[in-house]
Amino acid sequence: MIKLIEFVGKVSQFGFRVIFDLFHPPFEAGQIGRQLAEVGAKSLPLVLASGFALGTVMTFHTRSTMVMFGAGAMIPTVQAIAFFIEIGPLVAALLLAGRVGSGIGAVLANMRATEQIDGIESLSIDSFKFLVVPRVVACVLALPLLTLFMDFSGLAGGFVSEYAASRITLHLYIVRAFAEMAWSNFIPPTLKTAVFGFIIGTVSAFFGYTTNKGAQGVGEAATNSVVVSSLLIILADVVLIKCIFFVFPENAL
Amino acid sequence: MSEENKAEIKAENKAENKAAVVFEHVSKAFGPKQVLRDVSFEVPAGQALCILGRSGTGKSVTLKLLISLLKPDQGKIWVDREEVTRMKEAELSKVRRKMGFLFQDAALFDSLTLYENLALPLQRLTNKTLEEIDATVDKVLGQVGLGNDKKKMPGALSGGMRKRAGLARALVLEPKILLADEPSSGLDRITASEIDELLIRQKTEHQTTVIVVTHDVHGARRVGDRFAVFDKGDLVAFGTAAEVEQSENETARKLISEY
Repeated sequence: MIKLIEFVGKVSQFGFRVIFDLFHPPFEAGQIGRQLAEVGAKSLPLVLASGFALGTVMTFHTRSTMVMFGAGAMIPTVQAIAFFIEIGPLVAALLLAGRVGSGIGAVLANMRATEQIDGIESLSIDSFKFLVVPRVVACVLALPLLTLFMDFSGLAGGFVSEYAASRITLHLYIVRAFAEMAWSNFIPPTLKTAVFGFIIGTVSAFFGYTTNKGAQGVGEAATNSVVVSSLLIILADVVLIKCIFFVFPENAL
Repeated sequence: MSEENKAEIKAENKAENKAAVVFEHVSKAFGPKQVLRDVSFEVPAGQALCILGRSGTGKSVTLKLLISLLKPDQGKIWVDREEVTRMKEAELSKVRRKMGFLFQDAALFDSLTLYENLALPLQRLTNKTLEEIDATVDKVLGQVGLGNDKKKMPGALSGGMRKRAGLARALVLEPKILLADEPSSGLDRITASEIDELLIRQKTEHQTTVIVVTHDVHGARRVGDRFAVFDKGDLVAFGTAAEVEQSENETARKLISEY
């Protein structure tokens, strides 16, 4: 228990340092751009493919039940609400925790093990600002964008599946998909992924940056980054959903 | 005279000292393991000190204490007449600019090309234009014989090339003090000799103070003006090669004669 509290304290301190350093020069614009490409652009194929497959599968599963209750016309609506409110943000975050979180943990741990971080410090460069802050910022900026791609690729998958079953037109599918959507169904769930991005970046960078176990530490940092950030994302999701319901009570059923 | 005044006068004397590096009763432990015990020595500016000793006797820790990557548990360290032991990060940053560090495995940033590795400190710490940075990088890479390899990634370099690239990065800011951690380890005799030549040239042509941790006694005797021998965290011998050869400590005598 004491170790858990100690861990929470250290990660929180690490996160606060990220926020503090973010607003103090020098601002690492070049590094942030580099990391955005690494975190965002390189994750895009995974997010698009996963969203499309998930959208297709979800329509497979929901179709028979919806048709049985005479609600076949509601399939696009259900698909859109499910993806925009919950599936898109959560799955995009978990995918990113796997792909990017493990990468950040492993890269920083390797840099620690091979003295690259000491090398940066020896050049009078603040290694925390240079390595950690840009990675966290990139995760915060990239995740809402990737979530949008996940949402729309999920709808695309749903459309293909529904078209195969009922020959629905694209226009009608889109009209039905967004018939019940409000901005409050779209903006808060998408923006909450910025918090997920902060969790992924901070937790993964913490495990990588603070390890001191050589090659063994690289593997441990990668594993711990994925496990802990995934767990924290799900826990944070519960809290954030309650917050969204508090601010937008019409979203709560 | 009060103890406080005595301490102040002593500190002023250290500040006026011409030594590039002063270790004063420095101790360092990692958990229960005492790595350095009450170590004191001075290195005059423009000279080369070679630190010898068995593995795990605190040689690399001495270098990391010098550049303040580690803090001593006790004692004081002076670099170019500034006491670094209690400095804050912002002040340390200024002192570190006077030093270059060649790490044991070069510690090049593996996501950057060789050119970018060298250009990074110039972009961050100087006001040089892009053209000046290009010229400086070309000059330093030329000095270490890597003029045609600047677009290569560190992973594409051989062991000897990585060492030379690490040395180039350590030299790119024209440091007053060069620290090298086992610059010839894992290299063949010819490549090791080339690295030694570069260190000697840096000392003689640029009057750089050079501090080298090494197991290569042959190379150390070529490069070093003074020698420090560590054994189990203690500094057991310090002085010129002749003085260490006459040392009372058997380990020191054996080490300095092994070439």
